[in-house]
Amino acid sequence: MSATTAIVTGSSTRPAPGRRRGRNRLSTALWSALSVVLFALFAFPVYWMVNTSFQPNNEIRGSEIHFWPDNFTLRNYATVLFDPGRTPFAPAAVNSLVVTLTTVLVALVFAFLAAIAVTRFRFKSRRGFIVMILVIQMIPGEAMIVSIFRVIDGWHLLNTLIGLTIVYVATVLPFTIWTLRGFVNGVPADLEEAAMIDGCSRAGAFWRVTFPLLAPGLVATGVFGFIQAWNEFVIALVLNARPEMMTLPVWLRTFLVANGTTNWAAIMAGSTLMAIPVIVFFLIVQGRMTSGLVSGAVKG
Amino acid sequence: MTTTDTGLPPAVSAVDGERIVTPQPAPPPKRRRFSRRAGGLTPYGLLVPASLVLAAIVGWPLIQLLITSMQEFGRAQVFGAPPTWVWFENYVSVLTDVTFYEVLGRSLVFAAVCVVTTMVLGTLMALLLQRLPKGFRLLLSLGMLLAWAMPPLSATIVWGWMFDTDYGIINSVLVNGFGLEQFQQHSWLIDPLSFFLVAGIIIVWGAVPFVAFTIYAGLTQVPDEVLEAAQLDGAGAFKRFRLITFPYLKPIFLITTILQIIWDLKVFTQIFALQDIGGIRALTNTLGVYIYQVSIAGGDFGTGGAIAVITAIILMVVSLYYVRQTIKEEEL
Repeated sequence: MSATTAIVTGSSTRPAPGRRRGRNRLSTALWSALSVVLFALFAFPVYWMVNTSFQPNNEIRGSEIHFWPDNFTLRNYATVLFDPGRTPFAPAAVNSLVVTLTTVLVALVFAFLAAIAVTRFRFKSRRGFIVMILVIQMIPGEAMIVSIFRVIDGWHLLNTLIGLTIVYVATVLPFTIWTLRGFVNGVPADLEEAAMIDGCSRAGAFWRVTFPLLAPGLVATGVFGFIQAWNEFVIALVLNARPEMMTLPVWLRTFLVANGTTNWAAIMAGSTLMAIPVIVFFLIVQGRMTSGLVSGAVKG
Repeated sequence: MTTTDTGLPPAVSAVDGERIVTPQPAPPPKRRRFSRRAGGLTPYGLLVPASLVLAAIVGWPLIQLLITSMQEFGRAQVFGAPPTWVWFENYVSVLTDVTFYEVLGRSLVFAAVCVVTTMVLGTLMALLLQRLPKGFRLLLSLGMLLAWAMPPLSATIVWGWMFDTDYGIINSVLVNGFGLEQFQQHSWLIDPLSFFLVAGIIIVWGAVPFVAFTIYAGLTQVPDEVLEAAQLDGAGAFKRFRLITFPYLKPIFLITTILQIIWDLKVFTQIFALQDIGGIRALTNTLGVYIYQVSIAGGDFGTGGAIAVITAIILMVVSLYYVRQTIKEEEL
């Protein structure tokens, strides 16, 4: 995608006219210095989270600020993972994983079928369907939460993983369909036709020619869905409030409220554990993120 | 790919004898949907799973929301009592409630400040990215990616810790580094104004990278020749940006601004979590949080529904332009 290359390589600096070269070099040095400061500003909170999580809690509650975990400890992680007196981390992590992975899988399959329909076929309500997908993305989840709660309650699916998964599938579907539609559009249908001329069936041509070309798009879209579902907070807070049914964000919030401001070190350890998968995935697909969003897909 | 470039399938040119003798007319502009077929019921079948889920989790609740917003629907109704129809009474009570206007005004002003700050800083960052040598650009990109990738809840909690009254690094640096004694044990979240300053920092910090990367990607599309010509004609950096770069990027600016407006107007996680850490809920509620407070926490689903509908309408109006523009650009 163009944005990836743009971010990584960018355009080469224009050759400067000779007499201005000295001035340019100076200003480049100044901009570079500024960029280091800004890098620190952006990265600092992430660093501070990790840094705090490796320090003993009594030490971060001292008058001295430790910019480096000189008394390195894993105790906070032990507290988060194994302390029986607190809302346990492991079930929440398992819930999050199950819900998120199921959501991504189901949403990808459903969205893939829909994307084929709107890109490879001409039918009456095609345009209407795409516009509907766009409009649905604009309905604020916070406004829907009341009635989603009641609908799920009506199905007796409150505090179940199935209930939350169904809602998440619906939440990530519009975005997933929209993005996949772009990817399928990018593979010319002529390629399939060439395969069909060579004797493939229509489905066979799609499966053997188009599908392999779509694999990177499917992975990227799946990762977007993963991040969205993994980070989702409001819906999980309302639908799955029972401790054994919580997902990680709700668990983290409960952990925060229970520990108040007395154990920041453990809270940072929990926060780090929740953030790491997202940060890793995010760095993998970062380039596609911008281009996907600009072409109409919407983050959370 | 070679077969695709001939423009016409071989069968057609074989039948059409005239084409061989007469000079080839310019090939007709290739239509993108040349080979899209009708396919009978197949496309509808492919749409069934997605449509079912969306109908169940978006369509049906949307109808429910409209119905509930016209009913007296409280805790008793949740446990089975039949709701009474009150038609527009909920809307009237919301629209005559001072609290609602406080929340609405707070949300609008807060979103406006966040959006403007994010757009200005994001644009400046994009321009800076363009000027940097490769290594430094990668470094800054990495920093911004980290900020962007942080889950909103984690980000809020970390910033909450940094702004902590007793042991937060910000107070510590202000007191020890700058000698500002008044920040000794200063509480940032009790006062609504500084609560929103912190919330604003969290939101802007998380949103600037998206804007910066998007605009930077756009900047690389602005032709260098035009900028150079303007420079030779004596246009300064600011003038070049205003007269050349900005018009080129106008669609990108518009769409990112609208997305920011939507995201900042319905912000939930950051405000909600900051209230957990130490804000006064009644004085810091924004629309999203207010809906939650009234309906889920307060149990008044009817009024909550009315507020939700009003919020949805406001956001839909804002996003109308975005939807229209996207449809136009994608040539649906």
